[in-house]
Amino acid sequence: MEQHTLAQTLYGIPLNAYIIVSAVLFSIGVMGVLYRRNLIIIFMCIELMLNAVNLLLAAFGAYRGDSNGQVFVFFIMAVAAAEVAVGLAILMMIYRNTKSSDIDTLTRLKW
Amino acid sequence: MKSLLLLSGLGLSAMLAELFNLKKFLFPLVCLGLLATIGVSIYDYNTDIHLFNNMLRLDNSALMFTGSMAFITLLWLIGAQDYIEKETSISDKYALILFTLVGAFVMVSYNNLTMLFIGLEILSMSLYVLAGSKKNDLLSNEAAIKYFLMGSFATGFLLFGIALIYGVTGSFHIDVIGEYCRANANNMPNMFLAAILLILVGMAFKASAAPFHFWAPDVYTGAPTLVTTYMVTVVKTAAVVSFMRLFYTSFGSVPYSWQVIVSIIAVLTMFIGNVTAVYQPKVKRLLAYSSVAHAGYLLVGLVALSNLSNGAIFYYTLAYSVASILAFHILFVLADSKNNDIDINAFNGLVKRNPLMAFGMTVAMFSLAGIPPIAGFFGKYYIFSAAIEAGRYKLVLLAVIASLISIYFYFKIVIAVYFKTTNEKTIKLSNSYKLLYAICIAILFAMAIAPQFFITIQQ
Repeated sequence: MEQHTLAQTLYGIPLNAYIIVSAVLFSIGVMGVLYRRNLIIIFMCIELMLNAVNLLLAAFGAYRGDSNGQVFVFFIMAVAAAEVAVGLAILMMIYRNTKSSDIDTLTRLKW
Repeated sequence: MKSLLLLSGLGLSAMLAELFNLKKFLFPLVCLGLLATIGVSIYDYNTDIHLFNNMLRLDNSALMFTGSMAFITLLWLIGAQDYIEKETSISDKYALILFTLVGAFVMVSYNNLTMLFIGLEILSMSLYVLAGSKKNDLLSNEAAIKYFLMGSFATGFLLFGIALIYGVTGSFHIDVIGEYCRANANNMPNMFLAAILLILVGMAFKASAAPFHFWAPDVYTGAPTLVTTYMVTVVKTAAVVSFMRLFYTSFGSVPYSWQVIVSIIAVLTMFIGNVTAVYQPKVKRLLAYSSVAHAGYLLVGLVALSNLSNGAIFYYTLAYSVASILAFHILFVLADSKNNDIDINAFNGLVKRNPLMAFGMTVAMFSLAGIPPIAGFFGKYYIFSAAIEAGRYKLVLLAVIASLISIYFYFKIVIAVYFKTTNEKTIKLSNSYKLLYAICIAILFAMAIAPQFFITIQQ
């Protein structure tokens, strides 16, 4: 009964609210990627961008009564997990060579 | 379906070969598999196959691009065999290359944005690893992390665009999205236009188009030379073709606005690529910037958006890929073990040291610059005529000016090859390199003889 009301409350939130929240989350992620200098924090900001997309897709799926959007979310989560695995491996490789996870140490390639 | 199974199966068996100690059979096996993929693509020609609930659609365009990318990979392998087998973890590299090809296959034949995303990620993730495959080389490390960060950043934009499109149209199928666009061509919601813009940003990152090209020269310079070769040929083809497929099927009827943006991106890409390449003393970086510029020419074809321009893009990618393979493999042999960067001076007097390499480099440079008797000229000619047919005169004029600029730096190399002298001793080539150079040169001339065949084949 309680869950039922919870679902009703959630449906009471207008779609626009979800769009605004995920746009804000996405922008925070973008800003983080652009301004932060630590590689791990940059990874986390990219994850934030992807999760903003997940929220948006889930909301659209729920409002349209269509499962496609929510299935897409699973694909994004699976791929993001794989991506983090590759990214952390690359980060480890760099850390072994430079003893740092700051991107300012990586400036050998410049035009 | 057959090529998907073939390529993935081949990738998996390449990884298993490490376990069963069959590494020496790997090269012939992979070559046979790639030949079979090309064969299957030709065999299936003119059958319009829909797979996985219409998630993938193997039309002629998809089949021909699959065939051509498998062929380019085959050429690449002939030259890269020594490089792959000299170092450790041979089977990993074969497997990663095959998986990138699987990703590229999905990217050229998707019919659903889910598959576009998955294909893009399969392709990118194998490449992140390949770009960093020299573990102790800091430049390679840096290239890998830059490529990884920029790649996943771009994926974020692409996904946000896809999510917004889903919100407006309620579907991920590009046909359904196309129908929606035709039905609502006159009152597009702003959300949809924002989605197109976000997707454009994501795709421009992937295709290394300006103003999102800044990672490309760094990554292309830092990555091992042969991995760079693969990136500027197969990967760029896949990125531009997936771009084209989406815009051709879905957004073709959205009026005007995105075409202006793509035109601006194309002009910027061509000029930034070519003008910056003029100032590069190092050949690898010069070729990296020239490959950025070539993405711009391909986008000119994309703006035209007609059957002719699709054929022209097919012809152009094939000619450009073969010429790039030729140029980068010659650079690789010439640079020998020095991964990073030889000056243009290193090409001095190449004609005395090895005439075949000199001739190959000349043909490659002429083709990239678009000098008449060679394939690259016809590629540019058809792309530009498609754009003129669509009424884009100013764009074509700017593109011609940009390609005139490019002649300068391509000719710097040719002049070094023929008119400068050096004391270096002659270079002896192994048979596989001789074969590779001969095949590439032959293709570039053959394509120039029958351009119409390649233009019509993929429609």
